[in-house]
Amino acid sequence: MRVPGMNAATLDLLPRAEADGAPLLRLSGVGKRFANGVTALEGLDMAVREGEFVSLLGPSGCGKSTALRLIAGLTEPSEGRLDWDEDETARRGRERHSIGFVFQDPTLMPWASVFGNVHLPLKLAGVGRREAEPAIMEALELVGLAAFRDAYPRELSGGMKMRVSIARALVTKPRLLLMDEPFAALDEITRFKLNNDLLDVWRRLRCTIVFVTHSVFESVYLSSRILVFRARPGRVSAELVIDPNQPRDETFRTSPEYAGLCRETSLALARAMDAP
Amino acid sequence: MSTSPLRWLLPFGVLAALILAWAAVVKLNNLPPYVLPAPGKVLETLIEDRAVLFASMLVTLKTTVIALLLAVAGGAALALLFASARIVEFSLFPIAVILQVTPVIAVAPLMLIYLSTDAAVLVCAWIVAFFPVLSNTTLGLKSVDPNLRDLFRLSGATRWQTLAQLKLPTALPYFLGGLRIAGGLALIGAVVGEIAAGSAGQGSGLAFRIVESAYRLNIPRLFAALLLISLTGILIYAGLSLLSWLVLRRWHESELGGRA
Repeated sequence: MRVPGMNAATLDLLPRAEADGAPLLRLSGVGKRFANGVTALEGLDMAVREGEFVSLLGPSGCGKSTALRLIAGLTEPSEGRLDWDEDETARRGRERHSIGFVFQDPTLMPWASVFGNVHLPLKLAGVGRREAEPAIMEALELVGLAAFRDAYPRELSGGMKMRVSIARALVTKPRLLLMDEPFAALDEITRFKLNNDLLDVWRRLRCTIVFVTHSVFESVYLSSRILVFRARPGRVSAELVIDPNQPRDETFRTSPEYAGLCRETSLALARAMDAP
Repeated sequence: MSTSPLRWLLPFGVLAALILAWAAVVKLNNLPPYVLPAPGKVLETLIEDRAVLFASMLVTLKTTVIALLLAVAGGAALALLFASARIVEFSLFPIAVILQVTPVIAVAPLMLIYLSTDAAVLVCAWIVAFFPVLSNTTLGLKSVDPNLRDLFRLSGATRWQTLAQLKLPTALPYFLGGLRIAGGLALIGAVVGEIAAGSAGQGSGLAFRIVESAYRLNIPRLFAALLLISLTGILIYAGLSLLSWLVLRRWHESELGGRA
């Protein structure tokens, strides 16, 4: 079945040929076993390409968050390789700030103001308050919170805290933004708004985003590519590509194309969950 | 309710009623002051003996504050050591627990053998005040949000940056909670030490005045000294609560809307 707006909906196509877009990083045959004997990932092959918005979609416990942590360097693979492209390797040698990470919880420091929280990554890199101010204010403008620079996290709503968290990830102008179910705890109205704002940020900054989610609808709305994970052991079981030039707005959200894509993705997810 | 004057008036009203009832019991039963002095008589004694009593209060307050400061320094330093190396925690924590669970009144006579009276009283106060600071600060240092810790790692934070900018602020509310408990305990420790020392015939703190007054059947003075000990405790508690409020009022749940 072909759906308008979709270039390819392929199953069991791994490892896939990398024809389009320069790969920013590639995971080959990656496995991750934890000390308690749980195998989170096994034989994971995936690539992230420059400038794309790729979603990792799957049920809880399928290892998609672990994959994200591997990419961030927060944990090491038990087997397999994780290769960055040469530019990125050189860049990471010079500076550490080409990755931004957004957690499921806003993860703000309650003792610091919005300004102080967004300042954190730069502060840890030795950039003083005054020197960092333009970058901090720019990041806060991006998420629409410039007016709240002196507020404390407890004074903000859940959605606003998440915006601060995103601003903090953007303040170092990362080339790669990793997001671990960032909107899962928010109400739907707030989530729709943040989805649109995130797409706006993605287009303006031209960064690469890897987005972990368990929502079919969210992944279809946001992504230019969806990797469907299966569980136990976690690996990619399907890949769906969505035309990145497809405008994403409320018209798209109510269109038959969107419904078709969601249906296709749901089927892929169902197959992934049924797989032996 | 929190802004209503009743919040202040009610406890004072209850207190006033209790004092009136006390006065009435003394008056109606015609009790002699060496059995139960009337509240007026206690106040009278407090004013008459103010030179001696306030000097004693200063002694007790000084012991308590010094013990508390030492407990903070020792407890926080040891907690930091615990947080940096598990092996230190395994080795030393049982000793801290032994210090905590052994009743200080039982240790005091021993202290008086080996140390001067002042030092022994101070050590008694320190022993009881030390543990809540240690255990609360240790708990606080371990309560760091794992995601924030990852964020610090991702940003390439040094050990020192992680300690100063993540662990210490996280531990601060726990530490201040421990401090408030330690303040009250330091006073108890000082009083226990003084009573132990007083029975050996020395010391000049408030607790010693109580023992002395009891021997001499000067019950109004005993009550006056007791009143001043309570007052000292209230002062310490209020001071530490104020400190906690000043430090945490902008961000911590425990101080939100507490005293608007």
